[in-house]
Amino acid sequence: MSAITLSDLDISYGDTKVVHAINLDIAEGESFALVGESGSGKSTVLRAISGLAPDWEGRISVLGKARSHGVDRQVARHCQMVFQDPYGSLHPRKTVDATLSEPLAVHGLSNRGPRVEAMLAAVGLDRRFRFRFPHQLSGGQRQRVAIARALMLEPKIMLLDEPTSALDVSVQAEILNLLKRLRREQGLTYLLVTHNLPVVSFLCDRLAVMRHGRIVEVASVAQLKAGALVEPYSKELLAASGGHAQTVST
Amino acid sequence: MARLLDIENLTVSFPTPRGRAEVVKGISFTLGRERLGIVGESGSGKSMTGRSILKLIRPPGRVTADRMTFDGIDLTTQSERDMRDIRGARISMVMQDPKFSLNPVMTVGEQIAEALVTHKKLPRREIDERVIAMLEAVRIDDPARVAGLYPHEVSGGMGQRVMIAMMLIPEPDLLIADEPTSALDVSVQAQVLDIIDDLVRDKGMGLILISHDLNLVSRYCDRILVMNAGTIVEECAAGQLENATHPYTRGLLAAMPTIDEAREELPVLDRTLWAGT
Repeated sequence: MSAITLSDLDISYGDTKVVHAINLDIAEGESFALVGESGSGKSTVLRAISGLAPDWEGRISVLGKARSHGVDRQVARHCQMVFQDPYGSLHPRKTVDATLSEPLAVHGLSNRGPRVEAMLAAVGLDRRFRFRFPHQLSGGQRQRVAIARALMLEPKIMLLDEPTSALDVSVQAEILNLLKRLRREQGLTYLLVTHNLPVVSFLCDRLAVMRHGRIVEVASVAQLKAGALVEPYSKELLAASGGHAQTVST
Repeated sequence: MARLLDIENLTVSFPTPRGRAEVVKGISFTLGRERLGIVGESGSGKSMTGRSILKLIRPPGRVTADRMTFDGIDLTTQSERDMRDIRGARISMVMQDPKFSLNPVMTVGEQIAEALVTHKKLPRREIDERVIAMLEAVRIDDPARVAGLYPHEVSGGMGQRVMIAMMLIPEPDLLIADEPTSALDVSVQAQVLDIIDDLVRDKGMGLILISHDLNLVSRYCDRILVMNAGTIVEECAAGQLENATHPYTRGLLAAMPTIDEAREELPVLDRTLWAGT
């Protein structure tokens, strides 16, 4: 079954249409990347799926069920989002414990204490962090909390919006390893938005290149690794970050 | 090569409830008319090093150095008034984020002109011409139109180019670029750095490029200093980065995924070895 299907999806902010006629099919268990420059509409696609950009036309189905335009509890249950900036996405006056318990309270799940503890262990945070506030954590620790928050409802799909671009290189490596391990252990489906092609190469199976709100090319990661992208714009993107790879390997 | 900048035993500290915390711990380096990269992670003291050269660290922060000379001028003894003649005119700094570093209520053209007017007396017509020429030099199409725009009307990449124009128009001898591209897209990053690179070469300026991106720095600099926890752990020529010996540098290089990534797991730095970061 497909995890996410988008058919003829147009998304607008007010009068401005920012995403045009997107068609995508992401299989369950797959790790899929949307890449492109700022303003290409890649984050907007994630926001529409999660319900943060309600002004869309077309069809969004999550795990075979069509998504409604309003608040959709079923989608929220199975599909959770991690945001780019861990400094901005956690409530500054809520402890880690309160942040992690909130989704459980919203969805009326019990046994909150043990679940929070288990989740902290799963994302590699020590128990002593449970009653701290976000400002008492480092950037990497905060992103771990943000990932834990998304995983509290045991979703099947994770929407990752630039999960490592605000982090240092060595912390990025830790978070990428964590995401890879969680996906393996829990059989998650990832839809990742990034402009960092090496991250795609490490974490994903397939990618779509977006520009001006349209999908330019869909390719496998094998193609990316071999530098065999077809469209000129994708090649341009690859060249812009390809220089990085060359300096590492030579 | 004549030394443009000579720094010995530079220390920057800030007070905390548990005594003063040294964020830069006695580093020494020199700079000629070359391109020097300073690399390190958050909290390594790289930005503080850049700021202390311009004496931009305000009390209660404290900067001490055995020697800090710029082109024969002893920076440690300069008064605030003297520093104002140096900042912008002789040494200028490009900041990270154009969104927060440009004045939102002045047009782009006025801001670039201000940098020039502050340091030189020129007729209005010539100022306008130089502003337009500078905008052209940073490869902005239709510079006359852009000069009349406000910062919120330009994109991030354009904003950063405006800032570079502003910093280079007084023709300084040394440009300090503190993470000039980390707020920009990958494709725009290369353009902006190419512009800095061209201008620095043409004018024979010195450049200090501060960044957390090892590869980027190795592409655009001649020499690299790797900083960690306030000290310089490694100094090498940009081309020799792969032969870096310090475990921290090697760890940073290994932790970066590559475009043809085949590793199942990325190696992670063992932070206990470098306590404090």
